[in-house]
Amino acid sequence: MFAFIMRRLGTLAVILFGSSFLLYNLAALSGDPLADLRTSREPNAAQQIIALTRKLQLDIPPPLRYFYWLRGLFGVFIGKFDLGQTRGGESVASAIGSAVPTTVRLVTTATLTAIILGISIGIVTALRQYSKFDYSMTFVSFLLFSLPIFWVAVLLKQFMAIGFNNWLGEPSIPIKTVVLIGIILGLIISSVVGGDRAKSWKIFGVSAIATMLVLQVLVKINWFLQPGLGPIFYLLGSVGIAFGVTQLSMGISNRVALKSSLTVAGIAFVLYFPMQKVFEMQKQGLLLAAAATLTILIAVGVALYFAKIDRAAVVRTTVLTAVLLGILMIVDQLMGTWERYMGSDAINYRPVPTVGQTNPLLEPGDYWVSTLDLLMHLVLPTIALTAISFAGYIRFSRGTMLEVLNQDYIRTARAKGLTERTVIMRHAFRNTMIPMTTIIVVDFASIIGGAIITERVFGWTGMGTLFNKAVGSFDLNLLMGVFFLTGTLALVANLVADLLYSALDPRIRVGSGK
Amino acid sequence: MIFSKKKNVEALEETSIINKEIEGLSQGQIVRRRFFRHKGAMISIIFLASIIVFVYSSLKMKIFSFTYPGWWKYTIEDLPPLELGACKDGLVGCPTLSLRPEFLGGNGISLGEHPFGQDDIGRDYFALVMRGAQRSLMVTFVIGFIGGTIGTVVGAISGFYRGIVDSVLMRFTDFIITIPTIIIGSVIGFHFGNLGVGFLAFYLGLFAWTGLSRLVRGEFLTLREREFVDAARVAGATNRRIIFKHILPNAVGIIIVSVTLLMSGAILLETALSYLGFGVVSPDVSLGSLISQYQESFTTRPWLFWYPGLFIISIALSINFIGDGLRDAFDPRQRRRITKKDRERAVRLKREAAQK
Repeated sequence: MFAFIMRRLGTLAVILFGSSFLLYNLAALSGDPLADLRTSREPNAAQQIIALTRKLQLDIPPPLRYFYWLRGLFGVFIGKFDLGQTRGGESVASAIGSAVPTTVRLVTTATLTAIILGISIGIVTALRQYSKFDYSMTFVSFLLFSLPIFWVAVLLKQFMAIGFNNWLGEPSIPIKTVVLIGIILGLIISSVVGGDRAKSWKIFGVSAIATMLVLQVLVKINWFLQPGLGPIFYLLGSVGIAFGVTQLSMGISNRVALKSSLTVAGIAFVLYFPMQKVFEMQKQGLLLAAAATLTILIAVGVALYFAKIDRAAVVRTTVLTAVLLGILMIVDQLMGTWERYMGSDAINYRPVPTVGQTNPLLEPGDYWVSTLDLLMHLVLPTIALTAISFAGYIRFSRGTMLEVLNQDYIRTARAKGLTERTVIMRHAFRNTMIPMTTIIVVDFASIIGGAIITERVFGWTGMGTLFNKAVGSFDLNLLMGVFFLTGTLALVANLVADLLYSALDPRIRVGSGK
Repeated sequence: MIFSKKKNVEALEETSIINKEIEGLSQGQIVRRRFFRHKGAMISIIFLASIIVFVYSSLKMKIFSFTYPGWWKYTIEDLPPLELGACKDGLVGCPTLSLRPEFLGGNGISLGEHPFGQDDIGRDYFALVMRGAQRSLMVTFVIGFIGGTIGTVVGAISGFYRGIVDSVLMRFTDFIITIPTIIIGSVIGFHFGNLGVGFLAFYLGLFAWTGLSRLVRGEFLTLREREFVDAARVAGATNRRIIFKHILPNAVGIIIVSVTLLMSGAILLETALSYLGFGVVSPDVSLGSLISQYQESFTTRPWLFWYPGLFIISIALSINFIGDGLRDAFDPRQRRRITKKDRERAVRLKREAAQK
């Protein structure tokens, strides 16, 4: 094992050396960094050319210059790490350092959403193979596969941002739209739940009418301008979460698990009122971290108190419940901030922005308002990125799940008389996740590479922007810096994926076979 | 609930129906049948073929000394005057395409002078979109062909010969994978963009084969251990014969499917590169460059944005559906949905057999 990892790391270094050498020369050949200065009419153009040539060592031919760059890279061993300077004179390492957090913020949310949504939809379509839901999701995923992201982005800006902001000016939904939304949601719910014809019609009717009623009520109480859950709906929501998590994780019939998650929900409800005061205090970041730790401790404590056997599974259930309840509480708090945020001068009742990372006009100081501002700026890019990437997850998880469901051990599990929930969640789902994990690892590594086009469309300045700038202005050092980070991460992620695969699936052993 | 039990008896019955259907058919016949039965794929193949014919026959073209007239009156070089025509609100160059028949209160189905409108300087937008679609289709097919060929060759060699050849080729593949496609694309676009779209597509194809070669290698590694390969070797077949006659026909499914995926990715790659300014160079146009050029005018003159997008989506979507149909057709474990018609047919066949 150790020998295998060492060998792979060795190959990795060789590959990186080769591809960086190739890229360095390719990029150096791709254009003349002094082109704009040569044609410039400024009186000191000649001096500038000399200065830039000296700074970027342009008088050395590229294949040799590459080794100067490499020397700076190897400086990491003697504490003199140097990736060179950008054309503007900034150090490449610090330019990348300041771009990484932005990109991570932008892409992590989208990747997480895409993974969770994609896998769950993929698995449901596999369970409901050849249903209407399956067919329509297949169509939707192919459609999303075929969309250029900037095309989606322009549409989103128009309809999700400008259209939605206009609509918020006078939030009323015409009765036709209400009926339409009700019917669509009803169709989705009834096809996901399945069952025979009578049952699916019943489900369709109930969910469609419920949706229409809820929409009407929300409009009547002006919920879209003053949203919030309030203690009663928080309680209802948390009981729902407790039941849902227990059903998926251990089954409702497991009384101990149900009792523990309901207790967690109860504790969360009791804590709801004091937390409102806590949210108003200073130093929210620290407080939230403390609250998160406390939440998990309470969940573990409750689980250990109730469960005498199967403790790990019950702990898993309660912790998951508690985390979801915490998120629900924060969502409620953000909803409470909505009105304050909308009313501020910088926002002026147009909350969905089309470009930028934060609103610079917003007065700092209010933790919740600035958090909400950050989140609102994430909305459009996240939808765009999720839309184009989650189609892949749907297709892949559907395919894997179908393959797993055809295996003999699934038939054995059914023959033993296990409940269908256990068969799906314990036998099928876990085995589906093995190949998924390796894909997820690789995808997370490519996060840092950023979303070159998305960043450009939505006016973010992350790694993608750096890369664009580097290519556009022949900034060799900057390009190599970006490439070195993304390339290394991609290779390491591939290695980690291989190792993970063998750890998760005992049938596969790395390094033994050819 | 979401966890519903499948009836095992029914599943058994379904298997027997499927077995009955493929009795006495060759592998090729089974695949062809399955493919023809895939409605989405069949519709898409007809759709894509008509788009290709429509797009390539529309404009005037010069092929060496021969000039093909084309059925559309404008080319992208023509500069007709900007027309007010069908416009409202003081806009110029609106689309004159009308699809609503007269009895529904429209103006009848007609193309009009400029069906997709005109751009800023009056060029006919229909001609521009046609030209863009020609370019984009060409990029798609060139990348698919070159990437597919290199990927298959590399994957087949390294999967068949294994050992040191395999290691070298796979490390080389890793090496190409490390360099992000978009970096390659922009470097290539920057350097060779002025040589025309064909060159751009050619160079992109040289780097687009990595995923395919890994898949083909995996397939070859499994297939070369199978009994029929041993049998052929014992019978004295050469390596060349084993590869071309025995293994390649069995791997062709996975190759075709990944080439279609490669192609639908290629059209989006070209679009993205043109958007970043590294793709097709003006005055030539592609669908991607049209969209990126006119994305700002979406609010005022949306047709400049809609039509190229519509073509990109139609082409990519139909390629994806064809790929899906092919995958279903080539997958031996694929279980088709048993329809009412199949059941009736099975019952009828059984009855006929009983009567005999």
